[in-house]
Amino acid sequence: MKSKALASPYILWMVIFTIVPLAVVAYYAFTNSAGEFTLENLANAATYWPTFLRSVGYAIAACVICLIMGYPVAYVIAQTGASAQRILYLLVMLPMCMSFLLRTLAWVALLRDTGLINTFLGFFGVGPLPLIRNAGSVIMGMVYNYLPYMIMPLYTVIVKLDPRLIEAAQDLGCDSVQTFRRVILPLSLPGIVSGITMVFVPAVSTFYISQKLGSTSDVLIGDIVERQFKSAQNPYLGAAMSLLLMVIVFISIGLMNKFTGDEEVTTI
Amino acid sequence: MQGFVSAGGLCARQGSKTQQTPASVELNGVERPAGFGLKKKGDKKLKKVVSIVLVFVLAFSMAALSGCGGSDDQVTLNVYNWGMNIAEGEDGYINVVELFEEKYPYIDVNYTTYEDNESLYTRLKNGGQSYDVIIPSDYMIARMIDEDMLLPLNFDNIPNYELVDDSFKNQAYDPNNEYSVPYTWGTVGIIYNTKYVDPEDVGNWDLLWNEKYAGKIVMFSNPRDSFAIAEAMLGYSLNTEDPDELRAAADLLIEQKPLVQEYAMDNIYDLMDNEEAWIGVYYAGDCMLMIDENPDLAFYLPEDQTFNVFIDAMCIPANAEHKEEAELFINFLCEPEISGGNMDYIGYGTPVSAAKEYMDPEMANSPIAYPDEETLARGEAFGALSTEATQLMEELWLEVRS
Repeated sequence: MKSKALASPYILWMVIFTIVPLAVVAYYAFTNSAGEFTLENLANAATYWPTFLRSVGYAIAACVICLIMGYPVAYVIAQTGASAQRILYLLVMLPMCMSFLLRTLAWVALLRDTGLINTFLGFFGVGPLPLIRNAGSVIMGMVYNYLPYMIMPLYTVIVKLDPRLIEAAQDLGCDSVQTFRRVILPLSLPGIVSGITMVFVPAVSTFYISQKLGSTSDVLIGDIVERQFKSAQNPYLGAAMSLLLMVIVFISIGLMNKFTGDEEVTTI
Repeated sequence: MQGFVSAGGLCARQGSKTQQTPASVELNGVERPAGFGLKKKGDKKLKKVVSIVLVFVLAFSMAALSGCGGSDDQVTLNVYNWGMNIAEGEDGYINVVELFEEKYPYIDVNYTTYEDNESLYTRLKNGGQSYDVIIPSDYMIARMIDEDMLLPLNFDNIPNYELVDDSFKNQAYDPNNEYSVPYTWGTVGIIYNTKYVDPEDVGNWDLLWNEKYAGKIVMFSNPRDSFAIAEAMLGYSLNTEDPDELRAAADLLIEQKPLVQEYAMDNIYDLMDNEEAWIGVYYAGDCMLMIDENPDLAFYLPEDQTFNVFIDAMCIPANAEHKEEAELFINFLCEPEISGGNMDYIGYGTPVSAAKEYMDPEMANSPIAYPDEETLARGEAFGALSTEATQLMEELWLEVRS
């Protein structure tokens, strides 16, 4: 009973800032401007499936790249000495001290046709290369912005691995690849799962990155939702899209948890 | 009454009440004495936490006090205007807001900006924040009047209204001159970089569809202005409500999309200045500011196609808290000397001819800001569209953009 009482501030917070807004979103998604119940918004939102598909595709690509880049980083950090570990961890976190809008704008200044990189290449008569306004630059923006969310949970899990298990594997004749594949990787699975979740969810619903780094056809679902609320004055469609997106996210997480079997999944 | 902490930066009006009781903390709207819950005397940890909290409360209240200057009857006037649409004292131009505050020391202007008419409309519709003066464009004013979103003005407080040229009165958006006072007028045209654009391609809206300049073209990010250009290309009225014509305009915009670098509003300044983009479409006054920044830029109005002539006018929204002060502000902006100095910077046309006397002659005679009669005859003003047409345009615009 006592632990429940301690959780009450959080429960209150959840109700006011999570449950109530969700209910409002659901309400808007199922009503029209006259306040009547309708499924039209959802049907309408579903016609934007190419945009949903694009958002999911880009987010998956960003996840995979984050995992491939983040895992070795997390592993190396976890293997270093305690003081170096703290510094390295801080370095990973450092970009997050700055607003993500600003960081994205910095990439625009680097990548665009008249940006730093192309100006530099121009001195050697190269370019301008098409570095910006394509799918690659949007995915790169996602990777850059969300990489720390992959590294953090991975690091937390890897650093807690019992070194005796690795030693045992080596004693029993595993080479380093086998040790990694059969011991380290399965044991760090909870970190991988929560890392993917923490990258996928913000990436699939992002809007600013695609506006700044993408071409006019790299529009993501977040951009459309933003417009519905900000200037198109159609919160009904916006809410329906958000709801659909939420369903997609829940299904993805559910699928992932299923594939990882009954491993204990920790979200951080 | 706003929360104590959140009022810190904004100088709550009649702030004296909160200032007299700095020992109270407002949490979730419930006022409690500071130090609540501090019952056990020996609990050092709790004391520490409470003292940290108190330090923060003190810091915030100091900020609130110093910000408000301690005066009792300060009024905060919330002015909501387009971005880049008032002289703010840079480069030797006048600072309109500061001059106003000097003239009326009891008024503090809280000046914020919006990106386009649609954002302004949504912001007002959603409520939450009250504004005293807004400056929408013609078609949006008509829509707002239609939806009872504006207050009729008391022209006794706006004697300078007499100075506004008659040609700007009795406009279709406000036929009886009840709700608005013209602030600026101007045209929409094309800005391009003479270094990269072949002079032979220049002349009409077609430049925006020229594949030679793919990826270097900037288009409006709001539906009304974008559709107007497509409608002008197709020879339709800029106020068409015909679904087929709107559909055709949308198709033309979809055709243009692969060539467009970015759908932008004020971000076009950066893109044109840095030559990231070579061709853009924007309001003439802003284009003059861009040409100031980068002399390689030039502006033109289409030779034999329609273009939009707009009027931005000052209005008071229905939920305004300080109507009288808002009228003072509107009156102040119509003063010839102020209007002249202001237009020098923003580059739009002034509806107060007497202001030209105070303007930089180069600006007062600029063909960009004041096109000749013959050119202006090709212009068309926006009228309010029916709700259905507006909705259809939004839907089609979404299709263009997604």
